[in-house]
Amino acid sequence: MESMAIADGLQARFPEEILQCFSFQGQVGVGIRPDRVVEILGWLRDDQAMRMDHLRSLCGVDNARRKNGGLGRFEVVYNLYSIALRHEIRIRAQLTEEDPSIDSVVSLWSGADWMERETYDLMGIRFNGHPNLRRVLLPDDWEGHPLRKEYPLRGRGEWVGITDLQAKLEELDAHGFKADDPGPEAGDAGDAATGKRKGDC
Amino acid sequence: MTVLTMLLHIVVLVVVVLLHVAYATYFERKIIGRMQVRMGPMRVGWHGLLQPIADGVKSFFKEDIIPERADQTLFRIAPVICLVAMMSSLAVLPFAEGWVLADIDIGLLFIFGMSALAAYGVVLAGWSSNSKYSFFGGMRSMAQVISYEIAMGLSLVGVMLMAGSLNLSEIVRAQGDSLFGMYLLPQCVGFFVFFIAMLAETNRVPFDLPEAETELVSGYSTEYSGMRYAMFFMAEYIGMLMMASIGTICFLGGWHGPFAVPFFPPFWFVLKVYLFMFAFIWIRATLPRYRYDQLMGLGWKLLIPLALANIVVTAGVKALIG
Amino acid sequence: MSVPSRKILEVPVADGENERYSLRMGPQHPATHGVLRVDLDLDGETIMRCTPQVGYLHRGFEKLAENRTYAQALILTDRLDYIGAMANNVGYCVAVERLLGISVPMRAKYIRTIAAEMSRLSSHLLWLATHALDVGAMTVFLYCFREREILLDLFEELCGARLTYSYPRIGGVRQDVTSRFVDELGRFIDIFPSRIEEYETLIDTNRIWLKRTVGVGKLSGAEALALGITGACLRGSGVDYDLRKHQPYDAYDQVDFEVPLGSDGDVYARYRCRMEEMHQSIRIIRQCLDQLPPGPIIGPDAPDLIMANRAPARMAAGSNRYGGGLIQLIRDQDLFPSGDIYVATEVPKGELGFYFISEGSNRPYRMHIRSPSFMHISALAVVARGGLIADLIANIGSLDVVLGESDR
Repeated sequence: MESMAIADGLQARFPEEILQCFSFQGQVGVGIRPDRVVEILGWLRDDQAMRMDHLRSLCGVDNARRKNGGLGRFEVVYNLYSIALRHEIRIRAQLTEEDPSIDSVVSLWSGADWMERETYDLMGIRFNGHPNLRRVLLPDDWEGHPLRKEYPLRGRGEWVGITDLQAKLEELDAHGFKADDPGPEAGDAGDAATGKRKGDC
Repeated sequence: MTVLTMLLHIVVLVVVVLLHVAYATYFERKIIGRMQVRMGPMRVGWHGLLQPIADGVKSFFKEDIIPERADQTLFRIAPVICLVAMMSSLAVLPFAEGWVLADIDIGLLFIFGMSALAAYGVVLAGWSSNSKYSFFGGMRSMAQVISYEIAMGLSLVGVMLMAGSLNLSEIVRAQGDSLFGMYLLPQCVGFFVFFIAMLAETNRVPFDLPEAETELVSGYSTEYSGMRYAMFFMAEYIGMLMMASIGTICFLGGWHGPFAVPFFPPFWFVLKVYLFMFAFIWIRATLPRYRYDQLMGLGWKLLIPLALANIVVTAGVKALIG
Repeated sequence: MSVPSRKILEVPVADGENERYSLRMGPQHPATHGVLRVDLDLDGETIMRCTPQVGYLHRGFEKLAENRTYAQALILTDRLDYIGAMANNVGYCVAVERLLGISVPMRAKYIRTIAAEMSRLSSHLLWLATHALDVGAMTVFLYCFREREILLDLFEELCGARLTYSYPRIGGVRQDVTSRFVDELGRFIDIFPSRIEEYETLIDTNRIWLKRTVGVGKLSGAEALALGITGACLRGSGVDYDLRKHQPYDAYDQVDFEVPLGSDGDVYARYRCRMEEMHQSIRIIRQCLDQLPPGPIIGPDAPDLIMANRAPARMAAGSNRYGGGLIQLIRDQDLFPSGDIYVATEVPKGELGFYFISEGSNRPYRMHIRSPSFMHISALAVVARGGLIADLIANIGSLDVVLGESDR
């Protein structure tokens, strides 16, 4: 089926949910409201004319610096593909800045589990009903979501966990693992080195 | 005087065996290298001939690291147990007519006892390292040795029945009268079981689960380094030599050969032992590794019933003929 | 030296109904293929729960790409799946070309197809080597490396690099193939089928290999699809999904090849699929070499690439934040179309997708990488549950994961 026809089918089936259709280089994206996303994707997966059984990718986008108006602050992009019918569609669920959250589609595709965790991790979009919404690539105690546009490219200083590591190092020093360092000054030297590293960043 | 000669004999035996162990590693690396289209050791000495010496010196001078939370005493003792158990079983091996340190009547039993004792070293090493991989290695080794000790013991009962003795020299002499001077043909089932159990007893591929490097890092010896690791290593290779010797003595007719070699009576014995060693190495280069439950299945469901059947048949035939 | 209170190994003690033993495998472990960590809850050696942990190799490629030009971001894709880097390069270029509407001449398409298939061969060889080593067959490892060495030499002849190529360019390839490359590649594909047979004699019908792989890590087609598994792992479960057929790119619609399918979805089926794929890759390379058309290797509308330090005058026009030496994509702002696009290619590991958003500048507004390894690792929890530790190792090997790609 042509991508445009799929978009029309969606429009006919969920008229009040569809916001906008985007067509670019032969690919069609459909902007939707986030509230009934599970229902829409479920319909696309199960409908006999659609059979979008393959969730190719799921990612978040920060629209803060996009020129195209009318989009939400964030969006979650689902790329769907039907292996049997060989057609594809992109669903773009628009989220607001105040409440960047959307229902989880893990119930439809179990593989969405890690995709959603990644999106949460890097973009800070919460997925309601996700079984285990933790960070996946970054440490659990990382602050901020790096793929947001306001997050600086070089990061925001050291990872908080580094202090724990340093504490552990000092503990090890106390047991004499660093034989050539004089005991009491070892901690100070470590701090100085860290300070220098922080300054660099 | 006799004590002195005895000590001299012991020293000579230990030195010769240790040299054999060293060069067994060279032998193995060279052969596997050939099989795997590479050279093996080439740098130390002519064609790497001094490599084993270099390895020994290196491991001797390496720092002896003991994990802080390990059980210090057991951690130190474990490799010694292994090595001592393996070395003491050398005492009863007859290398040629009369070339034996302790010609005792329960030689075969003694060897079994010692090899079971060596398993303690492995288990204790796994336990005392306070590392989970080591622990798994130790557990696997314990289960494996217990299961395969039974199969191996039973596989040799046929030989004992035919020879009518547990004395290793007697077993060899008894084979002199049989077909081809060896028990290989009448005891082929026993030999089959023995051969597989032998691989498992020495933790060699395809039964190297206790030290499966891609699963358990290095199994029971994960936390060992330097000389203590070398002790495990030596124990393993002496174990291989031991098992190869038992196979030679019980199935291949020991020092008997097609003709007598002057000046060096153990010639045929050594040759046969090295045939076994080659088989060990060949198998290592060829086969993948069994899984734990499959290993147990093979031991209990195939080897032990086979060995039992072999005993019944051997005993029956002996009763009919004898 | 004061020794803190000594604690002897915690031994699992029966605690009511469950006795669990937890084991953290990795990130330093011989069989986790990089820096994968797997947290295991064990009952004896049976895995009750398996939790893969990734992120040790996270380098923030998606963020980095937003701050680089399209040409600069190409080198990031080398570091994704560093075993089959060429296929990533090709995938990236195909995606960018489609996004920016740049055409590629036929000769470049054929060369790219050859390069991508060589990359598939080298990746599958490394997979077979490590997979066999994980299962304990050591010799296969070295045999595979013998052939991989030839391939790496060929890559070196093609573009000068052995591991991180950055050989394709947006709109073509960087330089033409040499006649020596064509000859040597032809010789390699002549001998290679016999080498595959050599591997197969070692393991294919080996009883121990069969025992370790048949029926281990089973996945039905529907399960695998829901888990987002792609590539040979999905085809091993009997789902006919190969992007070279489904959405042909480069010269794949010009050549004739088959997509091998398995049915059982176990480790052995995946193994067979990849072995067959190697034969098909050779078939593709042979056809491409035969049909290789003459002509230019870079399209007329491909963006200029100039070394920044050689062209200071033009540099000023472009925006260069990173200083000398880097290859710049020089074009005026807002010449590119704005829009978003998802283009996926079949890399050795599975479906590698790039989702680009262009806002018209010479940098992507957003680049998302759909990495097959990431999905495969997430599936590990399902595949490994209920198996033994040894099965987990076989499964990691057979899912063919690369942490550089998973963590990005």
